[in-house]
Amino acid sequence: MRVNKYWSVAVLALLVLVLPRFVPSYAAFELTFVGAYAIGILGLVILTGTNGQISLGHGAFFGIGGYAVAILAQKLGVPFWASVPLAAIVSGILGLGLGLVALRLEGVYLALATFALAVATPSTLKHFKSLTGGSQGLAVPSLSPPGPLHGVITSEQWLYYVTWVIAGALFLLTSIALGGRLGRALRAIRDNEVAAISFGVNPQRYKTFAFGWSAAYAGIAGAIVAIATGFVSPDTYTVALSLALVTGAVLGGIDTLWGALLGGVIVEFLPLLVQKINPAAPSVVYGIALVLFMIFLPGGIARSIQAVIHPLRLRREIHHARS
Amino acid sequence: MHVRNRPLAATLAACFALSLGVGAFAPAAADEPGITPTEILLGGLHPYSGPASAYGAIGKGILAYFAYVNDKGGVNGRKITYKDLDDAYSPPQAVQLTKQLVEQDKVFAMFDTLGTPSNLAIRQYLNDNGVPQLYVATGASTWGSDGAKYPWTIGWQPDYQSEAIVYARYLLKEAPNAKIGVLMQNDDYGEDYLTGLKTGLGSKSGNIVKVATYEVTDASVASQVASLKAAGADTFFVFATPKFSIQALVAAAQQSWHPRTFFNSVSASATILGAATKAGGEDATKGLITTQYLKDPSEPSWADDAGMKQYREILAKYAPGADPNNGFFAYGVSIAFTMVDTLKRAGKNPTRKAVMDIANHLHETDNFLVLPGIVVETTPKDRFPIDQQRLARYDGTHFVPFGEIYAGRGRGR
Repeated sequence: MRVNKYWSVAVLALLVLVLPRFVPSYAAFELTFVGAYAIGILGLVILTGTNGQISLGHGAFFGIGGYAVAILAQKLGVPFWASVPLAAIVSGILGLGLGLVALRLEGVYLALATFALAVATPSTLKHFKSLTGGSQGLAVPSLSPPGPLHGVITSEQWLYYVTWVIAGALFLLTSIALGGRLGRALRAIRDNEVAAISFGVNPQRYKTFAFGWSAAYAGIAGAIVAIATGFVSPDTYTVALSLALVTGAVLGGIDTLWGALLGGVIVEFLPLLVQKINPAAPSVVYGIALVLFMIFLPGGIARSIQAVIHPLRLRREIHHARS
Repeated sequence: MHVRNRPLAATLAACFALSLGVGAFAPAAADEPGITPTEILLGGLHPYSGPASAYGAIGKGILAYFAYVNDKGGVNGRKITYKDLDDAYSPPQAVQLTKQLVEQDKVFAMFDTLGTPSNLAIRQYLNDNGVPQLYVATGASTWGSDGAKYPWTIGWQPDYQSEAIVYARYLLKEAPNAKIGVLMQNDDYGEDYLTGLKTGLGSKSGNIVKVATYEVTDASVASQVASLKAAGADTFFVFATPKFSIQALVAAAQQSWHPRTFFNSVSASATILGAATKAGGEDATKGLITTQYLKDPSEPSWADDAGMKQYREILAKYAPGADPNNGFFAYGVSIAFTMVDTLKRAGKNPTRKAVMDIANHLHETDNFLVLPGIVVETTPKDRFPIDQQRLARYDGTHFVPFGEIYAGRGRGR
């Protein structure tokens, strides 16, 4: 059964690897965004799905990541391979800070506090004009493939591979971490904080860490989107972005890694798809989908698929056990 | 697991090699993209959702005008298809949708994408690929002034700086020793206006006795207005978005301050001034001065104007349900007129290069929604299609144009 799981991951990795050769360049470009959004939503899977803390303000960390890369590149000439980890560190530290505040808030109050963060992000970015370029935004240098690959692949394809390698590494890391002691502690706090304490888990420490960890992921996602766009501006990081990330997480499946991946696909393609029906519809569709999923499929698409596959798998295992 | 891993790794490696080996797709070297014997395909982006969705009306105005032109036979026998997508005022979406429009839909040109950030984000890509980025809907000055670096990009409407220059010129003639107080939004939009004002005043820049700024998050601008009054200003410049503009006018009236007021065109609509008059009394708004370059559809004096009648007929037929008094529809129809004009002049076999060349040599005197006397005009050295404006004074119920036509950037007329 474990082998099965590895093979499905391998097939996916293969698909990611060869896809740019069979789709037009702009489609590879869109898939880069899927990877970035999946990383951002992975942060929500950790924070909300695993640890039970709600954040409606992850767009802010997305923005911090984007601006970190832009400022580092433009003002200090820091190259991509260094600026993305730095973006993760900056948003991670700010996430830890918010995590400390979040300790005192729960449920709807935490949702409101993080929502306020999302609301305040664009005007805060405009305020520090000398650093952020104000409402005009900042240009981000594009990423060209390294020497030997020059001319072999386009810069869009290169960014695609870089993004998916980062995404793969982060998914692997997260899978290992959540499968072990850390994941158990986070889940224990989510399910019953008092019980978790009695098992020796320090909720303060873990909850703060979860915020920092997931904010770092959002920062990386924001950094990649900024590089792909070639531009950052304050009005990119509105409440709508934060809500889109949450919607993607809920629709995809907020407590599984596959859910994060599906969430990335949803955030990227749902608005494009819905636009074909009615230009003004995306936010309406987001809202309706969110309500319907919460009522009928609270585990999201990923859990629903598993629910279909799982009974079969269960039966097979019983069969194996008998024989 | 261990044993299984080896073939897996081998497969991955093989596929990577394969993926590099397959040749790149050769672009279809053929005729001009987006042009068929029966169709011209244009792409555009407007925020139909998100914080700036009010501007979506511009896109609808454009679609209405293109439908009207197509019904009349199109442009040189071709119908215009305008693929107008929603970028929600978000640069990442704008970049993706633009690549899709250029690479998948193969649009001939991008036309009237709205918003400074979105246009800045797609400018490099479009210029790298030689795709015209025509008549962008933003008031930043870079569209006209950076033509050497971005030859495939051009704006349309007057930029904020040139509007402020017009105020300065008028003021220098009326009251060369006015004491000027400026209220401005603390961002690039406000800065653009202030820069223009200083440029226009030239050696008289010292006439500005105080500049008070506000943040978009401020609750009120009353204290800023008080500080301008206290500085002894007798002339009041309002470079602010609608909400703060209303507050500024009302605050001045409440503080019994009655300066000569200049009011940025961004906020100068009949609805906004109606609200300010209601809250602050007639004294708050009467006599204030703004600029106009388009006919204001909510202005009753245009009711019998042939151009305005045509505009109302087009909207009624091709955009039923649209409120013709909304100036954004008029903006859309008017800018679409310039686009059609450009395509017409490009002749039977339009090319991207030819269209850009025409955009750099505009001389349009018959745009039916542009104020009479104003010419939509460019030269390769002056890439600001509209920079003539007319002053208008608010008489308590509507705007009355007066005086000559000003050219913001000093282009001779």
